[in-house]
Amino acid sequence: MEKPHPLTQVGKAVSLVIICALILVPILVVFSTSLASPAEVTENGGWVLFPTEPTLQAYQDILSGGTITRSLAVSVGITVVGTAVSLFGTITLAYVLSREHFSLRKPLLLMVLFTFLFPPGMLPGYLVVKGLGLLDSYWALILPVAINVFNLVIMRGFFQGLPQELYDAARIDGAGELTVLLRIVLPLSKAVIAVIGLFYAVGYWNSFFSAILYLNDSSKWPLQAVLQTVVTKGANLGGNTTDALSDSGAVAAPQTYQMATVVVAVIPILIIYPFIQKYFTKGVLTGAIKS
Amino acid sequence: MTSTIERAGGSPAPSADPPDPPPASPARTDRLTRWGRELRGQRTLLLLALPGIAYFLVFHYAALFGNVIAFKDFVPFQGLWESPWVGLDNFQRMFEDAAFWQAAWNTLAIAVLQLVFFFPLPLALALLLHSLARGGVRKLIQSVVYLPHFLSWVIVVALFQQLLGPTGMFGGNVAFVTDVLANPDAFKPLMVVQIIWKDCGWGTIIFLAALSQVNQDLYESAALDGAGPRRRFWHVTLPAIRPIVILLLIMRLGDILTVGFEQILLQRDAVGPEAGEVLDTFVYYQGVLGADWGYSAAAGLFKGVVGAVLVFSANKIAHRLGEQGVYK
Repeated sequence: MEKPHPLTQVGKAVSLVIICALILVPILVVFSTSLASPAEVTENGGWVLFPTEPTLQAYQDILSGGTITRSLAVSVGITVVGTAVSLFGTITLAYVLSREHFSLRKPLLLMVLFTFLFPPGMLPGYLVVKGLGLLDSYWALILPVAINVFNLVIMRGFFQGLPQELYDAARIDGAGELTVLLRIVLPLSKAVIAVIGLFYAVGYWNSFFSAILYLNDSSKWPLQAVLQTVVTKGANLGGNTTDALSDSGAVAAPQTYQMATVVVAVIPILIIYPFIQKYFTKGVLTGAIKS
Repeated sequence: MTSTIERAGGSPAPSADPPDPPPASPARTDRLTRWGRELRGQRTLLLLALPGIAYFLVFHYAALFGNVIAFKDFVPFQGLWESPWVGLDNFQRMFEDAAFWQAAWNTLAIAVLQLVFFFPLPLALALLLHSLARGGVRKLIQSVVYLPHFLSWVIVVALFQQLLGPTGMFGGNVAFVTDVLANPDAFKPLMVVQIIWKDCGWGTIIFLAALSQVNQDLYESAALDGAGPRRRFWHVTLPAIRPIVILLLIMRLGDILTVGFEQILLQRDAVGPEAGEVLDTFVYYQGVLGADWGYSAAAGLFKGVVGAVLVFSANKIAHRLGEQGVYK
């Protein structure tokens, strides 16, 4: 095949560089601003691209006990417990739905897929949570979103894609379903479990609305819900000191503190992301395309 | 099924080396052993499925049933059963409510803007990436463009404030950007720009996978037949990814009235309900904050039904056009 025109190639390369810059520069600005001294931020009108004297003062202040520290602990707890619950529910149901010989497979599958077409709606969902007595409980942030149909379908597709011979061999050896799941399917499904686990973890880590909806007591709020008050109030007050931050001792230059809070909320994702990113294609696509 | 269980109940548990079947009826014993195995497996399977089934029954089906409050004058302390039926009163009130139509209009406007300006972009970006980058460079770019998808809306909104807000990088310095976040006229385009920033890169993943599965021989034989790059694109690349584009389009249509609840809730107050209210926020403000349960449930149900109708029709049309669609 003939080579494409060099000018076209250059144009494409330049567009890709610009796209990456559009994504990375805003993130860089947030990091830089959080590392700058309050004085420098004020002087520069609210943002800094390259701080002259980087300092971790803002982080020390927001993490020295108080709202941010407390909500951070809540977020970590919900993310860990929620991801475990979600993975358990998703793996078990996906496995059952992937077993061709299971007599209830079709009706159960229909039951699950139907919910995809007809989501129940916010208010009825709220009433269920209320009816179960889960208001103001952390379980309200986990149970209603425990299984995601999309993740379930991907997981099931992946399980179905495993070679059938493995199941047959295990059966001949007299292995029960549980043994097959634990000893054969799970070890072979690390990629998809890592990816789906990341999806769930990110979902729990990032959600703020269910906290606002279900936790009346704002001292129980996770980080994103607290950050939400900072963000929306920051917008309304034009960057004044906010309640959520003031009781952690932050007074001056809220921008630095706001951005430090944002970074605290972003860093866990940045840490886990590279480890799991390599599984994206393998895990998601084999699952999605097969099903 | 019952008979299977009863008949299989007495059969011995399968072992690694089953004893020789009695010569009289080998077929029967075989069947019994098979049923025995199947039952054992199915009992475990049922048990394994139980948490998942319970989840769907409680949080989807019970909740779905809760939609009956749309036809009731729901009073929380009277409960779902005791509250009086009001028929279609809630819906009638809704259709006469200017605020509802404003929210419906805003939703539709943002949805259409998204469909036109956001939907095709991931495909374009995937084609760009696919045609240019290879190996390590491609992986690096993919890591960068996927990243925003994993940031929460709170973070993304904070980021946009840091860029465009009154004390932001551009907002504080570039005249025409000043106050763009609080400008009702700019609200809808802003919502679309934000979702492009957040999810355009992530949207490429499925197209890239489809592109990587296109048979390379097709390109070569097309090239041998004298097809230039443009013709190969039209006649090889595009047909190969058409089913996936249609699938995503159908899914998007069914979801069209969902236009970023968290994203909009976070920014609605800056521009007011006139410009910023969508159906989801309408339900939240009327129902949860305003305690007007039956009424906002009616609005939520309306949205759900329209969405489902859209999926059904889009899927039908896809079938008519000879495509696979979401389901058969």
